[in-house]
Amino acid sequence: MDQFFLYSAVVLTIIIAIPLIRVLKGPTLFDRLLATSAIATKTIVLITLLGFIYGKIDMFIDITLAYAILGFIGTLMIAKYITVTNSPEE
Amino acid sequence: MIELQITFSIIFVVLGILFILAGSIGIIRLPDFYSRTHSISKSDTLGVVFVIIGLVIYEGFTQSSLKLVFICLFIALSNPIGSHALARAALKKGIKPLLSDDLDNPGGKK
Repeated sequence: MDQFFLYSAVVLTIIIAIPLIRVLKGPTLFDRLLATSAIATKTIVLITLLGFIYGKIDMFIDITLAYAILGFIGTLMIAKYITVTNSPEE
Repeated sequence: MIELQITFSIIFVVLGILFILAGSIGIIRLPDFYSRTHSISKSDTLGVVFVIIGLVIYEGFTQSSLKLVFICLFIALSNPIGSHALARAALKKGIKPLLSDDLDNPGGKK
């Protein structure tokens, strides 16, 4: 079963690299932000799988919770900041 | 009993990884910003929830699995809220949808 978790973590790492293309060549700022939040969501699953691989799920689960809250608050605050401020090109 | 548990865990994790893969391909392939929010807020959330449910089935009734259920609920709430906030910010910033009916008035406000 450890072997299965290891293989799925490797596959998930390859999947996480796919939205990085959208971060690099996104036409607008919002595409880049959206792909960044998608990477944050998938990293949560990757950290949980790593906890099962190492056998210390009690420790990794708290890291996962903190990471989920940080990613959510970051995305929300950046969206709010872009909405409120007036950028100079407009 | 333990073999049944492991079988269901493997099924849920593989199903979730397939959904996450579909969401990741959607970010690359879809043509518009507003359609890319679909692939993140729906498919990605379902995949993450499936993987974590599979891990809960493997773990059994412990304190860690209770925390995993809480993470599952939190992601199912927070991921659509985040992508909705980004889409709303983009609409206020003036990015037009690809197939909008009236291009002068995106969002349909009178």
